[in-house]
Amino acid sequence: MTQSIIVQVGQCGNQVGCRFWDLALREHAHVNKKGIYDEALSNFFRNAVLIDMEEGVVNEILQGPLRDVFDNTQLVTDVSGSGNNWAVGHRIYGPACQEQVVEKVRRAAEHCDSLQCFFLIHSMGGGTGSGLGSYVLRLLEDEFPEVYRIVTSVYPSAEDDVITSPYNSVLAMRELSERADCVLPVDNQSLVEIVNKIRYMSHQGKPGHVIKKDSTVISGQGGACGAEKPFDAMNNIVANLLLNLTSSARFDGSLNMDLNEIAMNLVPFPRLHYLVSSLTPLYTLADVSVPPRRLDQMFTDAFSRDHQLIRADPKHSLYLACALVVRGNVQVSDLRRNIERLKPSLPFVSWNQEGWKTSLCSVPPVGHTHSLLALANNTCVKPTFLELKDRFMKLYRKKVKAPERCEKNIFAYEINLNIVSETSQNKIKTYIKYVPAPCFNTI
Amino acid sequence: MSVVTLNLGQCGNQVGQELLNVVSNDAFNAQKNCPGVQGKTYYACALDRFFREEQTGELAARAVLIDMEPKVINHAIATAAKSDMWKYGDGSYFCEKQGSGNNWAKGFCVHGPQHEEAVVELVRREVERCDRLAGILTMMSVAGGTGSGMGTYITQCLRDMYPHSFILNHLTWPYSTGEVIVQNYNSVLTLSHLYQLSDGMLVHENDTVHKICAQLMNIKHISFSDINKIIAHQLGSVLQPADVGGTQSDYSRNPVGDLMSSLACHAEYKLLSMSAIPHMSSSSLAYSSFTWPGLLKHLRQMLIANARMEEGIDWQVCVPPVRQGAERTREIKQLQFNTSLANLLILRGKDVSCADSGAFLHPGLYSSWLPPEAAFRTWSSLMPFNGYEKSATLISNSQSLLQPLNKMVGKAWNMFASRAYIHQYTRFGISEEDFLDSFTALEQVISSYTCL
Repeated sequence: MTQSIIVQVGQCGNQVGCRFWDLALREHAHVNKKGIYDEALSNFFRNAVLIDMEEGVVNEILQGPLRDVFDNTQLVTDVSGSGNNWAVGHRIYGPACQEQVVEKVRRAAEHCDSLQCFFLIHSMGGGTGSGLGSYVLRLLEDEFPEVYRIVTSVYPSAEDDVITSPYNSVLAMRELSERADCVLPVDNQSLVEIVNKIRYMSHQGKPGHVIKKDSTVISGQGGACGAEKPFDAMNNIVANLLLNLTSSARFDGSLNMDLNEIAMNLVPFPRLHYLVSSLTPLYTLADVSVPPRRLDQMFTDAFSRDHQLIRADPKHSLYLACALVVRGNVQVSDLRRNIERLKPSLPFVSWNQEGWKTSLCSVPPVGHTHSLLALANNTCVKPTFLELKDRFMKLYRKKVKAPERCEKNIFAYEINLNIVSETSQNKIKTYIKYVPAPCFNTI
Repeated sequence: MSVVTLNLGQCGNQVGQELLNVVSNDAFNAQKNCPGVQGKTYYACALDRFFREEQTGELAARAVLIDMEPKVINHAIATAAKSDMWKYGDGSYFCEKQGSGNNWAKGFCVHGPQHEEAVVELVRREVERCDRLAGILTMMSVAGGTGSGMGTYITQCLRDMYPHSFILNHLTWPYSTGEVIVQNYNSVLTLSHLYQLSDGMLVHENDTVHKICAQLMNIKHISFSDINKIIAHQLGSVLQPADVGGTQSDYSRNPVGDLMSSLACHAEYKLLSMSAIPHMSSSSLAYSSFTWPGLLKHLRQMLIANARMEEGIDWQVCVPPVRQGAERTREIKQLQFNTSLANLLILRGKDVSCADSGAFLHPGLYSSWLPPEAAFRTWSSLMPFNGYEKSATLISNSQSLLQPLNKMVGKAWNMFASRAYIHQYTRFGISEEDFLDSFTALEQVISSYTCL
């Protein structure tokens, strides 16, 4: 059984991480009712490193119900915070706590029999998450080059309250494009919309439409933490994303999928590793006599724009590859039937017409009988990045707070622009620059 | 004569377990239902082929389980032990912690050499426990990373270690609509390498077996275990004891060798496909009865029209006329007609001596360079197999796999032209030249089969 280490950086990273541990405990407790310590449980615990440059968030975790799960050997903290400045996080705190971080990660790695993957959780808009987070990514690549790095990045939405978030995001993206194996971008705005949708459904009170309370993707009921805090609902969604992603590595199934298979199958070219994710179902109805049509509905929903965790519409953009991670009592015939049904409406790139990676895990998540996580490498990330670039340019033109990061900006901007071109359907050839030239004489 | 099974990867281990279940159930039923000498000989021969007796009196399988991650192997060993009929030998498995990530290069260039010694040692132990080795049967899928990549490497090692033994590879081809995105790359690399190493490759396609489950067995929600059961049934009907000489007295002493000599007579033609008849759900079986002429007529048409199951056969396709004497010219044959190089028919059940397989001897079915008497063989056994009163299996070395192979190579080439995913392979040691070599080798195979 392979192990993964979760590295949570910054306020957002730590809050999402905290929800992740809570839900993971809940899931394993649900599956393993006798409470016997099994192999799957030992997979994750003590495999976390919490990093933050101010103490508030981490202290809160340590005083909450999860205090027994973590201990001091896994924390790296400082006092004053990064002031929403990527340069402070990356250039100042990075080198300053480099040794500490490397030591804590090494210690966590030594506990693992077979380390397969690092999960880095951070936000792109802040200072610690983006700056120190991208520095930590560089450290992980240098110290553990063989281990996969899957990064969950929370991108700022247009109405973000941090003014310098476009700068921070673009600067961090450069590191992500070069050093991460896979990036799962998530957007606050989409999470808010999903939360609102669920709350609307649960308050409707229509007969036959009553939702089982603890089955929604946003609920943390049954976990150790008690009262719900403001961002908890949204963080639960991201935590569920990570749980579903790792489910096949933790539980049995008829068609297993390891984490390295995600990187292998979904990343056709090294820099095009931004995966759009969607989770279904968002909730389960309390009425048990649900017709089997629900299963097909789950597959259809996974491709609709309302269920994506980033503001994107994959159905109207080009798919490079798609992975379906199915959990629960779903058989291969259901899977095949739905793929046949949905294929005609999804545009795939010409050299990968049947670009599907499938996986079946027999253990469903808590509160559901089955669930689906769809990961798509799709050109619909282009509008998101273009928008980010526009916001960046607006600030940069006015030279807002430029002095501290002058030399970084332009380079990062160029990199960003090239990534945007890469994912555009018509400009596929621009990525020739990033792949050794002799390979392309047949195009 | 014993067969050592090597199960590689998730698919190999899952199918391998079903095969051993089918074989052992069939042997026990034969002993129960036919109490005479016949039953006893069949039982002893069948069990000796796949199992050995341990000191405790339990049956242990002559199998080695290999996978790069432990979940599947643990499940297989636990299920077998629970069944009380047979179990896997202690320590006859090898697993690591991390999978191959669907990467053929990782399986072949990294895991293969790294674990070569341990795996080969396990196989050697099993082989040494056999009185006489009939051959080694490797079971794997071509789409994944461990089964295909590491499986190819291990076959290479075994070929070097046992140059005079028969190595029969059982391959499972994935769904053409995709199970793994890089499945076409993995398949192309596996097939091109195995072609040099293996004596014969028995192929099952997930698509075909899925159709059998859906249309003939009437299973509503098909799971992988249903598919594996069908594959195991077809494989078992080939590997169970049968009489090759037609005298009904002795079971074949060299099953794998006889299989190879009947079918894989030319180094360029090693792809073997299987059709079996009948396939029926157990609930309908009680109400059906079969006759040999009916079964054989269907099977012959299945061969000619390239249909893999007894529903949806195109009866319009017929054997083209044969030019007497002169060499067969390159006339435009009917596109759907399936020319065979060699066929092997295995009949199991009641009154098997009355079955007349003369229709299979028509020279129009075969290519011009082998006389039909040499190209067609029949094996038979009086024991009914796996609950079917009469059953027939046809293994053929023919053009039936040409279309799927062509499609697979086409898709792989399409992807290769854009150099998609190549960086994942080059980082572990498979270069673009290796890919080009594999494509060339398979194009050669395709053209050989087309000109049959």
